[in-house]
Amino acid sequence: MATGHFKQGIAGGRLSPEQYADNFSDLHPPLDHHEALVESDRCYFCYDAPCMNACPTSIDIPLFIRQISTGNPIGSAKTIFDQNILGGMCARVCPTETLCEQVCVREVAEGKPVQIGRLQRYATDVAMAENKQFYPRAAPTGKTVAVVGAGPAGLAAAHRLARHGHDVTILEARPKAGGLNEYGIAAYKSIDNFAQAEVDYITSIGGIDIQNGKALGRDYQLSDLTRNYDAVFLGMGLGGVNALRAEGEDAQGVTNAVEFIAELRQASDLASLPVGRRVVVIGGGMTAIDAAVQSKLLGAEEVTICYRRGQEHMNASEFEQDLAAANGVTIRHWLQPKRVIAEGGKVSGIELEYTAMKGDKLVGTGERLTLTADQVFKAIGQSFVPAALNGSGALLALEAGRIKVDAEGRTSLANVWAGGDCIFGGDDLTVSAVAQGRDAAESIHRALTSNGRA
Amino acid sequence: MADISNNFVGIKSPNPFWLASAPPTDKAYNVIRAFRAGWGGVVWKTLGEEGPPVVNVNGPRYGAIWGADRRLLGLNNIELITDRDLQVNLREIKQVKMDWPDRAIVVSLMVPCEEHAWKAILPVVEETGADGIELNFGCPHGMSERGMGSAVGQVPEYIEMVVRWCKANTRMPVITKLTPNITDIRKPARAALAGGTDAVSLINTINSITGVNLDSFAPEPTIDGKGSHGGYCGPAVKPIAMNMVAEIARDPETHGLPISGIGGITTWRDAAEFMALGAGNVQVCTAAMTYGFKIVQEMIAGLENWMDEKGHASLDDIVGRATPNVTDWQYLNLNYIAKAHIDQEACIKCGRCHIACEDTAHQAITAIVDGVRHFEVIEAECVGCNLCVNVCPVENCITMEPLAAGVIDQRTGRPVSPVYANWTTHPNNPMAKVAAE
Repeated sequence: MATGHFKQGIAGGRLSPEQYADNFSDLHPPLDHHEALVESDRCYFCYDAPCMNACPTSIDIPLFIRQISTGNPIGSAKTIFDQNILGGMCARVCPTETLCEQVCVREVAEGKPVQIGRLQRYATDVAMAENKQFYPRAAPTGKTVAVVGAGPAGLAAAHRLARHGHDVTILEARPKAGGLNEYGIAAYKSIDNFAQAEVDYITSIGGIDIQNGKALGRDYQLSDLTRNYDAVFLGMGLGGVNALRAEGEDAQGVTNAVEFIAELRQASDLASLPVGRRVVVIGGGMTAIDAAVQSKLLGAEEVTICYRRGQEHMNASEFEQDLAAANGVTIRHWLQPKRVIAEGGKVSGIELEYTAMKGDKLVGTGERLTLTADQVFKAIGQSFVPAALNGSGALLALEAGRIKVDAEGRTSLANVWAGGDCIFGGDDLTVSAVAQGRDAAESIHRALTSNGRA
Repeated sequence: MADISNNFVGIKSPNPFWLASAPPTDKAYNVIRAFRAGWGGVVWKTLGEEGPPVVNVNGPRYGAIWGADRRLLGLNNIELITDRDLQVNLREIKQVKMDWPDRAIVVSLMVPCEEHAWKAILPVVEETGADGIELNFGCPHGMSERGMGSAVGQVPEYIEMVVRWCKANTRMPVITKLTPNITDIRKPARAALAGGTDAVSLINTINSITGVNLDSFAPEPTIDGKGSHGGYCGPAVKPIAMNMVAEIARDPETHGLPISGIGGITTWRDAAEFMALGAGNVQVCTAAMTYGFKIVQEMIAGLENWMDEKGHASLDDIVGRATPNVTDWQYLNLNYIAKAHIDQEACIKCGRCHIACEDTAHQAITAIVDGVRHFEVIEAECVGCNLCVNVCPVENCITMEPLAAGVIDQRTGRPVSPVYANWTTHPNNPMAKVAAE
């Protein structure tokens, strides 16, 4: 009977304990003091800096980097937190290569941008290590706000509302706060329980009560909130996982990638986490990469990502694709799943069909390919589940299946705002969710206080 | 191949790169390493009179300022003259000169401002076979409190007197090293010449405090909670030194007086600039103290290569070539008009030219054109001040382009005059001399 690496089927304990620790260490180790000074010296302090304009939360990047270079990391952290109270997590998970660092003039000039993300982590780490709190709460307004979901959008909204003196109750369906920061991000991007440390840092401001295990539609209705609170912010993210639309996808061994990622993050012993020997991941986004790379790191022998379009269409950034390749993941393009092959109810392979563009339409070519697999991950996107809004959701307008909001985050329902992945028009990024939560909070504050005056 | 051998007031060296009197030339060990690396000569660290040697502080002697990436831009020191026994130094000088006859060894001297003190030291130095002496009238800290160093260099009469004593008591060439801690460098240079000096060398270091410790509120470098001004050198002082070299080179009274140029020389280009302004050779210290003696290899190769490229056969072809072009402001051509030009291919769009011009100069560079980030000079506003060139991080991205005669200057609406005209004849000058009809 094969053991370790070569165990057939879906099994844990493929690696030695040291290998697990090694594989799941920090993806980008923090910059030490010297490295941070050297890197910060590279910033040109651009006028109307492109990096700042590329940041969804508009962090004043040249200023915070200058503050690092002048020996003021605490001031630097405040510059970051002024715009983005989740600046610590964003420093770890932002696809900087497609945001600030892509437009850095040093990227333009020499193909080597200032490492903005790592500098941001340096400054925020310094401030968080000493639990430096920058924002005193304003005098209590007596207003109460309910926030649905303790993810990036909800936490950003809650912090800004608490700053303005409102009392915030966050209702979170999961046992822990953090949302995708806690449940949806590859383990090597957020080590040492950082997501919970950040939740603690944010809620230290006071006036934020997080209630876990409270799911909208199951434990309470939206109408309960609008009745009992002065305002409501919806930031519950996406609850559904898109189906493969392939025959036999209910076979044992077909798993939602998001669940696998969440399980991995919550696992106290990675060796206990089973993974297939041969894994196929269907999808082309960050979730597909996270699931594929982590499968490999857990000891899967062969991991293949199959994406139905070309490399240039993948939602995963180039950096993420390279990361997958560097970890031994094979990425195959122009393949769509047709049939999950099972033996005795368990996955043994997947049959895929080659695709091509016909005009501007994606079509199957009819030619097929079968890959041996004992585990198949579905990572073809998540969807908003409006069922939870039942009861009061009828009045809440949706657009393309997600909540419709205006520029300030107002929904069609009075006193209800929304932000993060559950709204239409977002880009499914942590940093965008933070911006939306923050801006909705400002809008709520204006509404509750007659334009900002309590 | 260009010949870079140097003959400075009769002192010959295979190249014009000498190490200045300073810690790198304090003893045979360092000097031999320097000669092995290729240095053309050294000025041995300053000797004092016979007797108990001076003592140095036992804490930090150096302070510094840095540029990006902690590149050392300026260094200061509170070290005194050699703290080694005079006889040990003399023995080592003699031995090294015997072992390295083709290299220049000049001995820096500083003794009390009394003739007998100079009369006593000159023969013992001469006996070593050294090529010359350099009079340290520059050291601005410590020794100056005892009536030596810059305390002498700041009084032209003393300079003249001591130089005269030295010329009367030795056959060796005398180089007088000047302090920059003075308002008009021409005065001490003229005094040295009047005393009969063979050459001057400059600059010595500048009085300075490089930093303040904000915990202890003490100046850096700090000795047990206190600090003293030290002598400042390194790349930061190069512009000050070059101006002083040029002032002496173009002064009618001292014109032709050999100059050994010192002050922040780090590369072959720095050296060539000093020599173009009138220095017959150069002395280096901070660059060696930052990077080690090997830098001379870059200097030698760089100077030779440049001279070959430009067709300069020997150092005589370059020394003083820029001196005639150093003039007074009043003689600058006011009809010369240049405009900044931004090479859009080279531009990385950092916007620093825009914000510098917009906030602090003439509002002559765009930031947005047709809704797109675009930096372009508005010629109608550009006065040609060169600030944008200086703040641009990309070399040669922004250049100053002179307008040809006859072209309309969009700022004034007038054509560029082909005629040279300066302030002395400008109509706005109440003192203008009317040109003879």
